[in-house]
Amino acid sequence: MAIKQLSIFVENREGTLVTVTDAIAKAGVDIRAMSVADTNDFGIFRLIVTDIAKAKQALDDANAFVSVTEVVGVAVQDEPGALAKVVKILADNNINIEYMYAFITVSKQFAYVVLRVEDNAAAEKILTEHGITLVTEEDMAKL
Amino acid sequence: MIFQKDIETLPRKEIEAIQLERLKWVVKYCYDNVPLYHQRLTDCGVLDGAKIKQLSDIEYIPFTTKDDFRDNYPFGLVAADMKDIVRIHASSGTTGKPTTGVYTKEDLDIWSDCVARVACAGGVTPDDIIQISFGYGLFTGALGLHYGMEKLGATVIPASSGNTQKQLMMLRDWGVTGIVATPSYALYLSEAMKEAGYPLSDYSLRLGILGSEPCTVSMREQIENNFNIRVSDNYGMTELGGPGVSGDCEARDGMHFAEDHFLPEIIDTDTGKRLGEGEVGELVVTTLTRKGMPVLRYRTKDITKLDYQPCSCGRTHCRMAKTMGRTDDMLIIKGVNVFPTQIENILINIPDIAPHYMLYITRKNYRDSLEIKVEVINEALLDNYQMLDGLKKRIEAKLQSILGLRTKVTLVAPKTLERFQGKAKRIVDLRNQ
Ligand SMILES: [Zn+2]
Repeated sequence: MAIKQLSIFVENREGTLVTVTDAIAKAGVDIRAMSVADTNDFGIFRLIVTDIAKAKQALDDANAFVSVTEVVGVAVQDEPGALAKVVKILADNNINIEYMYAFITVSKQFAYVVLRVEDNAAAEKILTEHGITLVTEEDMAKL
Repeated sequence: MIFQKDIETLPRKEIEAIQLERLKWVVKYCYDNVPLYHQRLTDCGVLDGAKIKQLSDIEYIPFTTKDDFRDNYPFGLVAADMKDIVRIHASSGTTGKPTTGVYTKEDLDIWSDCVARVACAGGVTPDDIIQISFGYGLFTGALGLHYGMEKLGATVIPASSGNTQKQLMMLRDWGVTGIVATPSYALYLSEAMKEAGYPLSDYSLRLGILGSEPCTVSMREQIENNFNIRVSDNYGMTELGGPGVSGDCEARDGMHFAEDHFLPEIIDTDTGKRLGEGEVGELVVTTLTRKGMPVLRYRTKDITKLDYQPCSCGRTHCRMAKTMGRTDDMLIIKGVNVFPTQIENILINIPDIAPHYMLYITRKNYRDSLEIKVEVINEALLDNYQMLDGLKKRIEAKLQSILGLRTKVTLVAPKTLERFQGKAKRIVDLRNQ
């Protein structure tokens, strides 16, 4: 169920950003979600893309330092309080969110959010039980 | 096994008594036979040794340097009659003329004793078959190890270096149990052996005696893993007669110095002052028995320390730590002496980073700063920013505790730092720009 995320090591923000987005664009892959965590020294780009295998290959070829991890994709109603509800469900069940970021694309009804938690399966189970819609790899390609 | 047990396990007091007696002898011998030393011993008032009452009185004697060897090339420092000289070796100078080493018959005999001690301490026994893959020729390494191994009673194969396939063939077919080589050649051979594809069981190799260039811990481990052997290190140089000056025992906790033939001191490189036991500084060595080419207080430019505590192997001769660098390579940053090899040894032992690094020294507002770039190679760390930041902070803390200096560590992506084929140029000093 979980979706795959690319984490890319960033030495110098501008340079890496250009290399990464260029490589992915040239591979014909679209970026669905993106976040940057950095300081003056280094950082990590996180990306959700439409074709993970192609994007990983393109980044490896561009000598980027990349890892692939699994995260949970959640579709939340595009209305006030919807995201807070998801966060509360997880907190009530002692599931700690390490970080989260939003998709670039939104539909009429939903906004999409990436969640990084320790135990993906547990988070997915709880959220599904509470009627929250999860995003799959297939959904993402169609967004 | 200890090759010359009676000598190698003497109580400290007796070692010192022998050293004092021999020091007086060599000072008089130099005063009588070498014009350069005659002049210097006259100038400093030590003369023929009358002023030497105790070992520490050696400090009155001026140092001998590499320049003295160059200025007195080829035989100006020879003390014996040329008719008594039976062998001449030389080390290729990186610039200009080589440094010569000349030996009397007695010198050769003592030299093989010293090498036999080192070999024995490194685990060689009379049952071993030793392949010497040092290049034979003027270089002291090959013949030095050759005669030392023979003296110990081991079987010697004078393979010399080169012709990899033949080297591997001998290792396999002749039941070779020990290899003598430079660390880099041993590493090369061990990789070639893996590629050749014969199972390790086709080889009887069990030990390696490496030398003639520094061997980092990671290199040693790689050689040990590839060959499935135990490796020991030894120390020596042409100016002091070649290998056999000191060598690892089974404890591998410092190399035992042949203290009855060499008198080691550690000095402060800048002031020339003698330092105490355990203090890190430049190694200075006086030969106590050499007749062909004796040397008084030779500045080796190697940075190390000496340990006089008893060793678990039973030998009582002091132990010299693996050299930490050359005085030529020493950096002074914010007034602190820093050796690139110290940094390398710290980095090698930190997981998650590659053994490649670059040092950048800059000066801003009269303050020096040291930046160290290292490649992070564990991709699992990319999932979590805190883990990456933690790695950086851990390296900085480790460096500070050992160097006594605050540094800035910069993590970079794998394979982005330059790889060096020959001598690595890992230091970029931008302070004078
Ligand atoms: Zn020992």
